Amino acid sequence: MISEQLTDNNCCAKAQEFKPADYKSDQSVRWCPGCGDHAILNTLHKAMAELGVPPHRIAVISGIGCSSRLPYYMNTYGFHTIHGRAAAIATGFKVANPEMEVWQISGDGDGLAIGGNHFIHAIRRNVDINMLLFNNKIYGLTKGQYSPTSERGFVSKSSPYGTTEDPFIPAELVFGARGNFFARAIDVDLETSREVMVAAGRHKGTSVVEILQNCMIFNNGVHNRYADRTVRADRTIHLRHGQKMIFGADSNKGLVQDGFLLKAVTIGEDGYTMDDVLVHDAHCASNFLHQQLAMMDGESLPLAVGVIRDVDAPTYNDSVTEQVREVRAHKGFDCLRSMILSGETWTVE
Amino acid sequence: MLEKTEVKVLDKVVVRFSGDSGDGMQLAGNIFTNVSAGIGNQVSTFPDYPAEIRAPQGSLGGVSGFQVSVGRGVHTPGDSCDVLVAMNPAALKQNVKFLKPGGVIITDIDSYREADLRKAQFKTENPFEELGIKQTVLEVPVTAMTRAALADSGLDNKSVLKCRNIFALGLVCWLFDRPLESALHHLKKKFSRKPAVYEANAKVLQAGFDYGHNIHASVSVHRINTDNPKPGVYTDINGNTATAWGLIMASEKCGRPLFLGSYPITPATDILHELAKRKDLGVKACQMEDEIAGVCSAIGASFAGNLAVTSTSGPGLALKSEGIGLAVMAELPLVVIDVQRGGPSTGLPTKTEQTDLMQALYGRNGESPLAVVAPVSPTDCFTMAFEACRIAVEHSTPVILLSDAFIGNGSSAWRVPEADEYPEIKAPEVRLAEGQRFCPTMRDEDTLARPWPVAGTEGLQHRLGGLEKDIRTGAISTDPLNHERMVEIRRRKIENIANNIPALEVMGDPEADTLLLGWGGTYGHLLTAANELCASGRPVAMAQLRYISPLPANTAEILRRYSKVIVAELNSGMLADYLQAKFPDVEIHRINKVQGQPFMVSEIVAAVDRINSLNTVAQ
Repeated sequence: MISEQLTDNNCCAKAQEFKPADYKSDQSVRWCPGCGDHAILNTLHKAMAELGVPPHRIAVISGIGCSSRLPYYMNTYGFHTIHGRAAAIATGFKVANPEMEVWQISGDGDGLAIGGNHFIHAIRRNVDINMLLFNNKIYGLTKGQYSPTSERGFVSKSSPYGTTEDPFIPAELVFGARGNFFARAIDVDLETSREVMVAAGRHKGTSVVEILQNCMIFNNGVHNRYADRTVRADRTIHLRHGQKMIFGADSNKGLVQDGFLLKAVTIGEDGYTMDDVLVHDAHCASNFLHQQLAMMDGESLPLAVGVIRDVDAPTYNDSVTEQVREVRAHKGFDCLRSMILSGETWTVE
Repeated sequence: MLEKTEVKVLDKVVVRFSGDSGDGMQLAGNIFTNVSAGIGNQVSTFPDYPAEIRAPQGSLGGVSGFQVSVGRGVHTPGDSCDVLVAMNPAALKQNVKFLKPGGVIITDIDSYREADLRKAQFKTENPFEELGIKQTVLEVPVTAMTRAALADSGLDNKSVLKCRNIFALGLVCWLFDRPLESALHHLKKKFSRKPAVYEANAKVLQAGFDYGHNIHASVSVHRINTDNPKPGVYTDINGNTATAWGLIMASEKCGRPLFLGSYPITPATDILHELAKRKDLGVKACQMEDEIAGVCSAIGASFAGNLAVTSTSGPGLALKSEGIGLAVMAELPLVVIDVQRGGPSTGLPTKTEQTDLMQALYGRNGESPLAVVAPVSPTDCFTMAFEACRIAVEHSTPVILLSDAFIGNGSSAWRVPEADEYPEIKAPEVRLAEGQRFCPTMRDEDTLARPWPVAGTEGLQHRLGGLEKDIRTGAISTDPLNHERMVEIRRRKIENIANNIPALEVMGDPEADTLLLGWGGTYGHLLTAANELCASGRPVAMAQLRYISPLPANTAEILRRYSKVIVAELNSGMLADYLQAKFPDVEIHRINKVQGQPFMVSEIVAAVDRINSLNTVAQ
């Protein structure tokens, strides 16, 4: 019989308290000074401590790129793999060892260009992994080429006259692949980052967290339009399940329904009252409104941060495990030989 | 130990066409017979008409059959058939008793409506299960495809349906490589006065042939007979199933669950099919989104602690190269199965070749050594799949198993091994001194292999990656000398496998001057050729490599024993080049064939004679 994998006995032990430092490796962090990745790493350590999963029950799997260096800085199981393939490697890992909590780290190039196929299929299957997508809209490790999230016309070393293509909006891909969890945060907004990482960790299924990350060297200020402290309150909205969609420095603006679309209004003006403002339902099975929210770009409508969609659905790894269990209960054999002997055989004396 | 085997291209093939008496089975059978006779086959036929001239359509009494045996040494139409064409459920029911255990059924799945099943007196909705059919069933939408092919013909529905038999004939012609020109010639004669009917049938014939091509339909026409069977329980097995079972055996023997990440590709897909069924043994077989995800999911599963495998053919191996390189660098156990087919590119998907040897040995960036093994027969696929896993786990390395379409689809009688016949498989143990932390460059001193902890084990957290690591700490390192030492360690780790594999055996006449050497799936042909040469006073020694990287430890000594080594392989000389580079002092001659076909024994005998006589003249 193929032995069931028993990794250790700790899973049932009483919950232990962990500190952020417990998730930190002894390696010195080598990202550029001022890089948004530093804040994300520290926030991840904090989020993991809050989730309380012991470091040895966590695997952090990354592809290639600046962000993908992250596993080296974790005191967990870690795998810095090859360009674009982290989602496929994480899928195999999770199916093979479903007791482990799996975090996948990718950038916009790693996850959405070379790894686009694995990205959408992992989401479609709803593998229970947490994907952190560091979106700085640039290739940093190769020194400044446009990425699949760079705006049309973006000037870079590989697009000296501006790009001639439109970008992906990561959320739109997630919903297109029938994703059940999408959240967004800005790297310097540590509190929201922690909140969405914890929510991603608690969600069963593929959780995609887009972190708008700043590359100091090759794309400095790419997110300033909405992320800068002076404008952030008016150009972003922090969505929280069950709460009114309110934003603005004075918390006097809200989102209301306008036909099939959304509209930002000032409460008390044009006849709009608090009653008109929508309440965020992250658990709604339909992703129609979630998509509208995720597509807001910080111009006429505020950019949404926080957990935009968080819906329960069967996970791939659970379904595989369950199917193996069911088949074995129904007609399982105790070993290869007994399976073979149940078929057509003959005996030579 | 290698079994004594003999490969036979089946001298004869028996096909049975069956259908409603109005389905034109006699015509299809007659044309197949005439076409086969036209290409030099002996033929023997047996038309099997129903008693009633016009029994009700679709009823058991109305089934008409035509059995034909074609090939060499044909004296009878055969007791049972290799391929059964059944145009409806009644034909299936009446004729399945004539099908050999390893045979193939081709049936028109469009004729399995509820009413059809009732007419054929089936009691359930699943006639295949009800009849207890274990053979392969090709469920072909013959009616729909015939209709589609003739959509613009202007023929009425009844005339269109009359062409279904010729669709089936086209498919059978594909299976056995029969020339359509000849079939068209016979159709033309038959319908000389009805040009429209001829045109329709010609179109449908081509459609049936193309359908076989498009779905990569194949039946093995090879049989590998095993001599002197040991006492025991036997079953009939093909190479791809044996491969799947060998992996399961290895999983049992190393106590790690089996994970397969794969993507469909001819001729390897049957391994995925078999392992997908083996959820009843706990196997996790995942059909991934592409070949790259196939290998990558397996690498992830290996890091997680499962025995991990990916299966493919040549084009897929090309796509997996970068992933395999990662497994080399991360030093993770991984088994990559390549059921070789004709290449390059899409090449000859259903045909056999040994042209992926260089790709397996060298097809990765950087200095990227790994182990390569090759089963020699359908049943040896079991042993070598097991061996690939054993080497992968005990030496912490990816292993490529080079099977091929010939042995993958070929079948043979196989003795089911006893539970204790295969050894336990053990990864190097984690040995930590007091206070010492685990690091990914800890090694077994003798083999240089890494331990393989199950992810989730407390205290053994570690980070792996594709970047070069420090020889002591396992941390990232770009130090020039460190890199060179790591390259050296990875190379020596593979070389050390030679101490953990069986020696190369010499068969035929070991005392002869000439050694006939092959590798992998050509074994049966080479051994048969060697035995024929020895029996007729032209002695030759013979050996077949199953371990190619590294070579068995005694390889050099054996090659140097012979004044001539003739390397026979189904490529342009890949193994010969590999050996010549390693052993420049050995006189290597070559027999090569790259036709998508296995060797013929007579070809090898003639080539050995030619090389030996040329040599005599030169002296």
